[in-house]
Amino acid sequence: MTMLDCDQLVELVTAFLDGALDPDAERQVVEHLALCDGCHRYLEQIKATIRGLGELPPGRLDDATRATLLAAFRDTPS
Amino acid sequence: MVTQSWPPDAELVQRLCDRDEAAFALLLDAWSAGMLRLARSFVTTNASAEEVLQDTWMAVISGVGSFEGRSSLKTWVYRILVNTAKRRGERESRIVPWSSWAPDTAEQDEPTVDPARFQRPTQEYPGHWREFPQAWPAPEAQLLTGEMRTILAAALDELPPRQRIVITLRDVEGYTYDEVCSILAISAGNQRVLLHRARASVRGALEEYFATVSETPGTGAGR
Repeated sequence: MTMLDCDQLVELVTAFLDGALDPDAERQVVEHLALCDGCHRYLEQIKATIRGLGELPPGRLDDATRATLLAAFRDTPS
Repeated sequence: MVTQSWPPDAELVQRLCDRDEAAFALLLDAWSAGMLRLARSFVTTNASAEEVLQDTWMAVISGVGSFEGRSSLKTWVYRILVNTAKRRGERESRIVPWSSWAPDTAEQDEPTVDPARFQRPTQEYPGHWREFPQAWPAPEAQLLTGEMRTILAAALDELPPRQRIVITLRDVEGYTYDEVCSILAISAGNQRVLLHRARASVRGALEEYFATVSETPGTGAGR
């Protein structure tokens, strides 16, 4: 069984995080991560990126638009 | 968004058909913020995104009677949003006509991390990091500063549209893999390729940002 290199591992992180790798590939990723601080850090940074994106503030519905839509809801026959 | 008192879809749909304004307001207030953000990933301006949102809700108002319950109500609403936003985005030529979600050749094949970051075949450990990525500041210290928000928002904005749309749904809005397949009618494989490239780019933008704010070269400790 060939070992994964770092440049291959970084291309597998999304599939790894989704649990979409086949068991053999997943085992290779886990073994590599256990030994390689660089890839471990890379994976943690991808996770930090995902967390950061999840904390972006949402948009906000404009009050006037909200009032218009509520009025449209009232006035449109179902 | 889902609270203990959130009504089941069947009840919501019935109430919407009965023109129960409180039910409509509930959906409007719970979903509009996320919908606006998704709309913005298709079109060029906030004003356009507002219009897409408005058109979507109008379509929901007139079409709720035809909801068949084959997906969740929210997914159904989001699909209407996506179709509305696609048409609008194509008109604004922000996105190429929507023939397919298939990643292009470069998206499919090119490495997402600069090959120069890894050792060459002639070096001691081919394919291994030349230098490890620099450590970032601890998340609790850094992740939510206003500056980081700006960096993340700018990084999203610079992504190719399809990548931006997928990462917005997955990572910004927090939809699952299956939900995104369903909302966008995209295959699992295409979704993963686009998401993977998008995440690598946004990570790269953060890396660049942290490199400029880090005052302690060498240790990689940031601060």
